[in-house]
Amino acid sequence: MKALKILILVFFAGIMIYASSDLPFRGDPDNLMHAEESITGTTVKGSYFIQNAYRDARTPNMVTVVLGDYRSIDTFGEQVVIYTAGLITLLVLRRSKRRSE
Amino acid sequence: MNRQIDSPIVLLGARLLSPYIMLFGWYVIIHGHYSPGGGFQGGALLAASLLLIRVAGGSKLAELQIREFATTPLAVIGVVIYFATGLVAMMMGGHFLDYEALPIPGMEPAWLRYTGILIIEVGIGLAVMAILIMIYDNMVRGEDYA
Repeated sequence: MKALKILILVFFAGIMIYASSDLPFRGDPDNLMHAEESITGTTVKGSYFIQNAYRDARTPNMVTVVLGDYRSIDTFGEQVVIYTAGLITLLVLRRSKRRSE
Repeated sequence: MNRQIDSPIVLLGARLLSPYIMLFGWYVIIHGHYSPGGGFQGGALLAASLLLIRVAGGSKLAELQIREFATTPLAVIGVVIYFATGLVAMMMGGHFLDYEALPIPGMEPAWLRYTGILIIEVGIGLAVMAILIMIYDNMVRGEDYA
């Protein structure tokens, strides 16, 4: 049974290593996701952000521009999720004074 | 939990490390425009610097730094900074969270967006810091030593 487990793990590790050999190199401008047109001929939406992020917000880090400006309502939602998690710990874990006495 | 001995060496190490972590947290928030980072990461670092003192020194020492009742209002202030930025932009005639409409005189629209991103990053950092401390305080209430 243990040999089977190890065999399965080695099999999946082999699949992962084989698949990772086919990944594109990081930062290569000829990658498909960096192209202006996809292979089906439609325009890639991300190329707008790459081309205009610095012109719109004067910020070299385009991840910050996408997070804070183009998709700022999504970031606001993330902050509200964290805030809700904090409030839930307040409600669940805080003992009332009556019970602690 | 009650039989722990507070060690001065651990406290000294935590006191040495904590201000530098806090400074790096502010650096990550403010420098998020130019390098990897931003409000969430910087807020987590700020919380780490405060929690280090709380873990090493106990709740009595931590009360000198940031009181327990102050964490919930700080979290609310962080969320309100973000929301108010969007609301002010909407009231001045733009869309919600459209920083071009912020009422700061003498700035071209691109630099207004730059400033708006900075404001909301500070709000996110404040909220994340306060909430992580709040979670820790609620979990160890009455159980930590010293």
